[in-house]
Amino acid sequence: MNPLMRGMTQPRTRRDVFRLAGFSAAGLALAACGVQGQKAAPPKADAVADYWAKQRKNGKVVFANWPEYMPEDKGPLEKFKQDTGIAYEYKEVIQENAEFFGKADPVLRAGQPLGYDIVVMTNGIQLQHMIELGYAVPLDHAKLPNFQANAGQKYKERAYDPGNKYTVPYTSGVTGIAYNTELVKEEITSIESLFDPKYKGKVGMMADAQEIANFGMIALGVDPEKSSEADWRKAGEKLKAQRDAGIVRKYYDQSYIDAVAKGDVYLTMAWSGDVFQRQLAGEPVKFVVPAEGGTIWTDNMLIPKGAANPVDALMLMDYLYQPAIAAELDEYIQYVTPVPAVQDLLREKAKTAKGEDKKALEDMVDSPLMFPSESDYAKLRNYTPLTTQQEQVFNPIFQSITQA
Amino acid sequence: MRRLTPYLLALPSWMWLAIFLVVPMVAMASVSLQTGNAIDGYAMTFSFSNYGDAIGRYSTQLLRSLLYGGLATLAMLVIGYPVAYWIAFKGGTRKSMYLFLLLLPFFVSFVLRTISWNFLLSDNGILLGTLKGWGLLPADFHVLATTFAVIGGLTYNFLPFMILPIYVALERVDPRVVEAAQDLYATRAAAFRRVVLPLSLPGVFAGVLMTFVPATADPINAAILGGTSNTMIGNIIQTEYLTNLDYPTASALSFTLMAVLLVGIFVYARALGTENVLEAAAR
Repeated sequence: MNPLMRGMTQPRTRRDVFRLAGFSAAGLALAACGVQGQKAAPPKADAVADYWAKQRKNGKVVFANWPEYMPEDKGPLEKFKQDTGIAYEYKEVIQENAEFFGKADPVLRAGQPLGYDIVVMTNGIQLQHMIELGYAVPLDHAKLPNFQANAGQKYKERAYDPGNKYTVPYTSGVTGIAYNTELVKEEITSIESLFDPKYKGKVGMMADAQEIANFGMIALGVDPEKSSEADWRKAGEKLKAQRDAGIVRKYYDQSYIDAVAKGDVYLTMAWSGDVFQRQLAGEPVKFVVPAEGGTIWTDNMLIPKGAANPVDALMLMDYLYQPAIAAELDEYIQYVTPVPAVQDLLREKAKTAKGEDKKALEDMVDSPLMFPSESDYAKLRNYTPLTTQQEQVFNPIFQSITQA
Repeated sequence: MRRLTPYLLALPSWMWLAIFLVVPMVAMASVSLQTGNAIDGYAMTFSFSNYGDAIGRYSTQLLRSLLYGGLATLAMLVIGYPVAYWIAFKGGTRKSMYLFLLLLPFFVSFVLRTISWNFLLSDNGILLGTLKGWGLLPADFHVLATTFAVIGGLTYNFLPFMILPIYVALERVDPRVVEAAQDLYATRAAAFRRVVLPLSLPGVFAGVLMTFVPATADPINAAILGGTSNTMIGNIIQTEYLTNLDYPTASALSFTLMAVLLVGIFVYARALGTENVLEAAAR
């Protein structure tokens, strides 16, 4: 062994260890530091106006979004750049709401900028935290004319952000059931199929507490949006019985889609757009909204506190509400667009398209997963709105099932 | 000044330790005793009951992690020792190539390697699908989403950290001492048992240390390969920290895990008769 290595690996004596411990103890006394809370009061109207009056267009915007949420040629963003002269940076950094929030929280808590001007988050606990903690910049609706003109009425009236004070929708999707058509020999229509002992060990459920809670409640005939603590406990019991009977193979994150496409599970809770994309790719999967109901969720754009280019961000948000741009976006992402005019635009496009493109476009226009009808919407439920106190009851009920 | 020089030279490493080890640990210890919630903030209340609550709620996952970590370590030892032995004594001039081959898969990210198991071992995938096609396995046989898959994944992912230290220890065994043993009429088995094995024990010790600790704390294998009741303590800590923003519970669990592992290591060191843990680990 050479001397250098020996020096680095020399044994430490017991005294050294005690000395280290002494340092730590001294440090412990120093660090009685709390984690600051930041509950924000609702902003005053003139404070919002003041904020926006001070902001200027900077010619640059940084957009943080989920994977597969923008055409590969970045068409809509390129057009935005041409029309407004604003350069963009597009980053696919959001994979999961909880994880993204968990990483953003300490930064925003410390009053530092996140480095993004727009972030996209699903309505749910974390988005609620963003708003409650004052991490979302209130929007200036005078600068959102396209949103006012083109967004569907449903997307202007959302319980989790009344009046679109902090967010505007990017896209919506449905949580329902996907099944492998080669392995399941029947037509799946009911949520009860997920609890059917016939599919023992072949059912996938989602690991996310809210998603799985919704399905437990819908199976019991409870509307999650209007549910009480007693409903959560009953749903928890139903889901626990499902697990204990060995029906569930695994509580999945995004990877459920591979599992059902490969046949590791026969049927699973699923997000509409994922299944639709796989279907168009020729894989044997089918998506249904259960007769008892499914849930609808919305991914929302917001401007995080401390964003460097809020005016440019707001311009981009509004730009995406032009029907032609929204259509280009939706043709790629295949979820539910907040701009109803897109359906007609895609129908027009289908008329002039040829071959496979034509077929794909026609499928999209007719798909209830991209353009739900009123009766489809009637089957769709919203997430349970939770206060922080409620969340501390809600999460353990369902996490004790998914993380046993 | 001259007397101070060694201390000044050591200063950067002490600073490193202080900034990246001591400060975070102290902060974590502090957070583990706080109460509150994410919205209103957490305040120091010296709430030692956080530990009792956290351990009470998650004792199953804690014990399971130790069990999985232990079994995976045992499997790595059983698989790794012969490999290290073979490379050290029979590897000849190609030793470094074998070591390189051993490490080659580790140029790919940890998560990707684990996900590729998901692909290989899928119920109707290239391996199980083929065996099922030949009628060698029942149709509903599966590996994924089982305890076996999680322990298998842990074993696979940390194996080189077991093999390398053992290899280093065996490599330094002078072949002449083995010859000497045989000259003194020791059988090959006796020579191994009484000469080679004791000389390689520091390597085994270091290997166990380097694999048992990360394998026990690992959240990735359980998340990707596990089923409905394979959750390990790493997964719980991750959920508490990132999803529930319950920093005190997450910190208390981390400290508990650390304490359990440290105690385990010291007991193990005693049992192995190693006088000084750090010395053995360093050799």
